[in-house]
Amino acid sequence: MSEITTGSALAHQFDDAQQQQQAATLGMWVFLCTEVMMFGGLFTGYVVYRNAYFAGFAAASHRLDVTLGAINTAVLITSSFTMAMAVHSAQTGKRTALTGFLLATMLLGGVFLSIKGTEYASKFHEHLVPGPDFEFDPLLRRQAYVFISFYFAMTGLHALHMVVGLGLLGWLVVGTVRKRFTAAYHTPVEIVGLYWHFVDIVWIFLFPLLYLIERHHR
Amino acid sequence: MSSTLTAPSPGTSAPQMPRVHYLNVDYGVKSWLFTTDHKRIAIMYLVVATLFFALGGTFAGLMRLQLLTPHSHLVQAETYNKLFTMHGVTMIFFFLIPSIPAVLGNFLIPMMIGARDLAFPRLNLASWYIYVIGGLFTITAAATGGVDTGWTFYTPYSSIYANTNVVLTVVGIFITGFSSILTGLNFIVTVHKMRAPGMTWGRLPLFVWAHYATSLIFILGTPVLAITLVLVGLERVFRIGVFDPALGGDPLLFQHLFWFYSHPAVYIMILPGMGVISEVVACFARKRVYGYPFVAASSLAIAVLGFLVWGHHMFVSGQSMYAGMVFSLLSMLVAIPSAIKVFNWTATLYKGSVSFQAPMLYCFGFIGLFTIGGLTGLFLATLGIDVHVHDTYFVIAHFHYIMVGGAIMAYMSGLHFWWPKMTGRLYPEGWARLAALIIFIGFNLTFFPQFILGYLGMPRRYAFYPPEFQVLNVLSTAGASILGVGYLIPLVYLIWSMRYGKPAGPNPWSAKGLEWQTTSPPPTDNFIEPLVVEEAYAYAPYTPEDRKRAKHE
Repeated sequence: MSEITTGSALAHQFDDAQQQQQAATLGMWVFLCTEVMMFGGLFTGYVVYRNAYFAGFAAASHRLDVTLGAINTAVLITSSFTMAMAVHSAQTGKRTALTGFLLATMLLGGVFLSIKGTEYASKFHEHLVPGPDFEFDPLLRRQAYVFISFYFAMTGLHALHMVVGLGLLGWLVVGTVRKRFTAAYHTPVEIVGLYWHFVDIVWIFLFPLLYLIERHHR
Repeated sequence: MSSTLTAPSPGTSAPQMPRVHYLNVDYGVKSWLFTTDHKRIAIMYLVVATLFFALGGTFAGLMRLQLLTPHSHLVQAETYNKLFTMHGVTMIFFFLIPSIPAVLGNFLIPMMIGARDLAFPRLNLASWYIYVIGGLFTITAAATGGVDTGWTFYTPYSSIYANTNVVLTVVGIFITGFSSILTGLNFIVTVHKMRAPGMTWGRLPLFVWAHYATSLIFILGTPVLAITLVLVGLERVFRIGVFDPALGGDPLLFQHLFWFYSHPAVYIMILPGMGVISEVVACFARKRVYGYPFVAASSLAIAVLGFLVWGHHMFVSGQSMYAGMVFSLLSMLVAIPSAIKVFNWTATLYKGSVSFQAPMLYCFGFIGLFTIGGLTGLFLATLGIDVHVHDTYFVIAHFHYIMVGGAIMAYMSGLHFWWPKMTGRLYPEGWARLAALIIFIGFNLTFFPQFILGYLGMPRRYAFYPPEFQVLNVLSTAGASILGVGYLIPLVYLIWSMRYGKPAGPNPWSAKGLEWQTTSPPPTDNFIEPLVVEEAYAYAPYTPEDRKRAKHE
């Protein structure tokens, strides 16, 4: 993806701007396929253990803060909306709006990570962290341990992707301020948008899988 | 040797090197380390991959020396465990997987489709750096004590009990995986978006089809290995519970996830080789490859089926017997596209105008050895036989017939075939044929006895063995030393030829691919004139005049 730093100039290997733009977009889609498979490994493990250890998964899931999780879901969906608006602003060449929407997306991403951070902190206080200090109802301890392991692995990898996304958004803001993007050339905005939506979609799956196991019984 | 069937254009004398080409356009270390030219990056991959090949070969040599006698004390058993682990890790992740795609694929794919470069040249350079950094991690791990888990890193041994450099090695492989992913991404986008006018999918060289299929495995398989290794690392460092039974995890899940990548990885190693063979067979039989659409489609079929057979590594692991039966059946299905390729190459040779230069000798080696490796693969896909020979030298012999007899033969074939294009100079044909012969003999002497050893029950991964196995082990070790000599000869004459070889001219083989329509070595932008492709593989048999002329040269 380093190619997108080449700016509006046509790189020597391409015949025209359209070819360059299509190549960059296809490249990001292929990369997202890779990402799907990477998260896929985690989801596979989750499915296996959720079936094997359902009681422990449900019990441990109830220890997560569903309110904060729901707020975070709303925050991320809103950030997808602002990102889509950013792409739209880029397409129509509205630079001020583009800067605003990019900053709004970054702000929402930051809010998400902050809420996630407070959740992590409270899990540490409750000893709901993999390691020797893990505390849980002895009957379901082993099963809950696996759930919490997956909780941290999955949300941790997702949060890492959010951090990378924030970096990319920051780089877009700099590019916008330096007037690199026009209605004719805004490929970087589009492909970072694709990435951001992907990270959102991962969370849309993570939220019910981790927070909403057997909630209807209580 | 004078028998290269070259057709010099009338009125010109011996071919000359072009005045400016990608190798002399710029000088100095910086001009290489910061290049974005796919051809230079391919050469850099060639250098590093050769170093890793030498390293992995050294580990193998030490193992064969240890096994010369039943109770050798050349190395301790613990050291032997590290040797076979490091041999597997370097050969698979740092040599076989990048060898053909990153060296030949990198060099040739843009030229074969008539492009100036890959779609993302800087990403291509980044892939090389990622590969080197991953390699440095692994070399550090080897130098500071090694790792003894086997290249498969089975849990819970790797995640809890092993006291060796597991994390460092795993990090190295994780990093290198991204080099594969980004190379695959680059190839896919390049093939989709950078083809010259007239280069339709139906005219795409089979080498490119094979690399397209390989790239699909790169981008869909490698990330699964990456996340699996991350989980092993997290379990080892932070004690998260995924694979360790003591923490509630399941070691079988690791095996499933690991083989979900690592079986397709076998096809990452062999598919590019099949692409090379398709090109070389067509050129040296002077015929269009028989059944082009089927050979192209069989590459994709192997890539797809390859994702559905991982369970055949786990027949004795305790997985469900019904799963075993399904995986057994699916594994046998892989034989169909593989056989399509072998039969179509053979049909191409039939009534072809066949000549026997070094690349073609390696090709013949490939076809025969791959067939043996493939058929013994069917033995192993059969549930009952697999239980009998599981974890014996039969398995070792089987996959070395595919990896060494197949993939490395193809790599040598391709390296010789395109060497004149890469360097602009001819290698010494006589030496090359001699080396091909030595490698073929050494290879068979090394690995054929291992089939018998395995069938008789000698298990893999042991530093000692019962005395009755000694004769076959001595044969195998003798073969390995011949094989080692066979690999050293090309190293010497190929380097020699870079300076002293005769200038090759644009097309020393009278081959038909686009890459042969430009100078050797090519200019940085590959082609001087814009291209329009009208026909693929327009080979015709040699005429009597061609043969007469070749004789007089």
